[in-house]
Amino acid sequence: MDHTQNERILRPTRGLTGLKLGELWRFRELLGLLAWRDVLIRYKQTYLGVAWAVLQPVLTMVVFSVLFGRLAKFDSRGAPYAVLVLAALLPWQFFASALTESSNSLVASARIISKVYFPRLIIPVSAVLGGILDMLIATAILLVLMPFYGVAFRPHLLLLPLFFLAAFLPALAAGVWFSALNVKYRDVRYVVPFFTRIGMYVTPVGFIWQSLVPQKWWLAYNLNPLVGAIDGFRWCVLGDAFLPWWPGFWMSMAVTVVLLILGLAYFRQVEKSFADIV
Amino acid sequence: MSDHCISIRGLGKKFVLGESAGHDTLRDQLAAGARRLLGRGRGPRKTKEFWALRDVSFDVMPGDVVGIVGHNGAGKSTLLKLLSQISEPTEGEIRVRGRIASLLEVGTGFHPELSGRENIFLNGAILGMSQKEIRAKFDEIVAFAEVENFLDTPVKRYSSGMYVRLAFAVAAHLEPEILVVDEVLAVGDIQFQKRCLGKMADVAKSGRTILFVSHNLAAVEKLCTRGVLLEKGLLRYNGTTKECIDQYLHVAKEAHGEFAGYVVSKSVIDKQSATAPVRVTDLKMFDLNGNALQQLQTNEGFTLRIHYQCGSAFAQGATAFLVTIKTHHGQEILRLSTIPISGFHIEQLGRTGHLDLRIDCIPLVGGRYVVDLTVFRPNVETIQLLTEVAAFEIIPTDVYDSGIGMDQTRGLIVAKHRWHHEIQEPI
Repeated sequence: MDHTQNERILRPTRGLTGLKLGELWRFRELLGLLAWRDVLIRYKQTYLGVAWAVLQPVLTMVVFSVLFGRLAKFDSRGAPYAVLVLAALLPWQFFASALTESSNSLVASARIISKVYFPRLIIPVSAVLGGILDMLIATAILLVLMPFYGVAFRPHLLLLPLFFLAAFLPALAAGVWFSALNVKYRDVRYVVPFFTRIGMYVTPVGFIWQSLVPQKWWLAYNLNPLVGAIDGFRWCVLGDAFLPWWPGFWMSMAVTVVLLILGLAYFRQVEKSFADIV
Repeated sequence: MSDHCISIRGLGKKFVLGESAGHDTLRDQLAAGARRLLGRGRGPRKTKEFWALRDVSFDVMPGDVVGIVGHNGAGKSTLLKLLSQISEPTEGEIRVRGRIASLLEVGTGFHPELSGRENIFLNGAILGMSQKEIRAKFDEIVAFAEVENFLDTPVKRYSSGMYVRLAFAVAAHLEPEILVVDEVLAVGDIQFQKRCLGKMADVAKSGRTILFVSHNLAAVEKLCTRGVLLEKGLLRYNGTTKECIDQYLHVAKEAHGEFAGYVVSKSVIDKQSATAPVRVTDLKMFDLNGNALQQLQTNEGFTLRIHYQCGSAFAQGATAFLVTIKTHHGQEILRLSTIPISGFHIEQLGRTGHLDLRIDCIPLVGGRYVVDLTVFRPNVETIQLLTEVAAFEIIPTDVYDSGIGMDQTRGLIVAKHRWHHEIQEPI
């Protein structure tokens, strides 16, 4: 890279600045390394190591299947309750762990931020990316369990990456928002665990929402961006009996995009003062 | 078009102190919002503006080695942060031609759980090297750091020497056109400091541009081709290194003014990182009878009391304190620490508490001395570095009963001594 020709000018920025996604691209190696670091650190010095990535979704799946499937006897449209839950757990856990990791990421990197320059957006983004490995492991478990529960592999599965994106974008939006807010308002530290705990029950992880939510509230219910992603995952795994309710799906996506764009704009706006207040 | 590589024009950085600064909680914001809504707020919030840097302009030519000197709070660190794009100026502009790398700390981003190998790649990337560059220099870095056998060991198991060597090795292989270096590089043992300075001299000789901030005037004098003196955020002098240092010493005298015994720099104490687990809250000096230090003579003793605060969540391991006494020229004379230099091990810090360092007899000649204080965890991290947090004065004392008050024109230390003369052969 030759910078000698062009002169860079550092001066106060006023008003809205561009998102400088080009900058992010230029620092992509660092982005990758930081994500890789997060993954390495997460399982270093844990006795069971990566086994945690297997245990967490499996145990949650068992608890939810017993709770909602056996005890509450919620409708499963004939699908095995365990698979129904696990298919929803994939996007939900990715979202929840991405949110937890990224919301604290900027504050945890205070030292680096005050010593070296790079686009700050790298930090929450890498924290979100760091959750992909867990997600892949959980997906592998799902694929192993499907034949066990007599669920056939359908071509729909090929759409999974697309719906993964539908889970990734809300995670990114939330991560960008909360990490930036956390720099200034340490309340975030208390809000996030609360948020993920409540969210797990509000989001249709353990049930099929159409059978519980009155129809007039359907569109409002889909304001939760994760609802779209979960519907998509269940459709891919369990077939056309779980065809998403498309107006709701697009509602989820629209909310995601709006949150993401506003989040990025807010992040850019406060980014310049991070080093001064963190 | 001039051929400068850095051009600074009217640069200023404003900080807002007071209510709105720092980590407000949502509650504060809500309360303030409510007050405004109800119209019975106390008008605009009480805030104080503070210009850390104002109206600074100078140019740097390719190949210049610029020493930036000035007192605590003069704006040196702020200038470095603006130059390295870490923080954004409030006014003015900086034009930069060339790849700029800043070294405000060694080992930035080092993670104790990761191995030496992993940290080299991570730290290199954070400092702005590409993976290709790091791979090409990997063997060289490892050889320089002398850690071949420990590449796959987590760095938390490294000795402090190894840790610093590795961190510095990565930084030393950075090859930017413009290098911005903070004096915090001068942590570590004397040998390491020499190595840092040696490496910097090499870099300077290779024709690259360096901006170097330091309190170590000897190093500045030796390395730098030009000097810039900052005082209270303003550019006071820009020219030759020698003149710059002379002016600095002049300012130093003015700044500290007259004081009895000692002074503690409130601004250095306030500047500590608020997120760090340990904070020094105050520093006091007493004479050996326990009274506030009024005046100190050569070979008298005193107690330095360090008041601290410690966050409860902090896994303490071994927290160590280091006191460094320097001349006002920045030359180190004395380093005293709990572990590792001495065997004094602090088992457990309290939420608040104080640590006393009692020096029974200080054999320093008359003159002014400054104190640096470092709180650190050996092998792991520096928690706080308070540069020139205090200054004290030793009154020139007639130690040798000769009628001559010993001061810094007559060496730095005194010794209990005796002369002896014997004639072997009379004339």
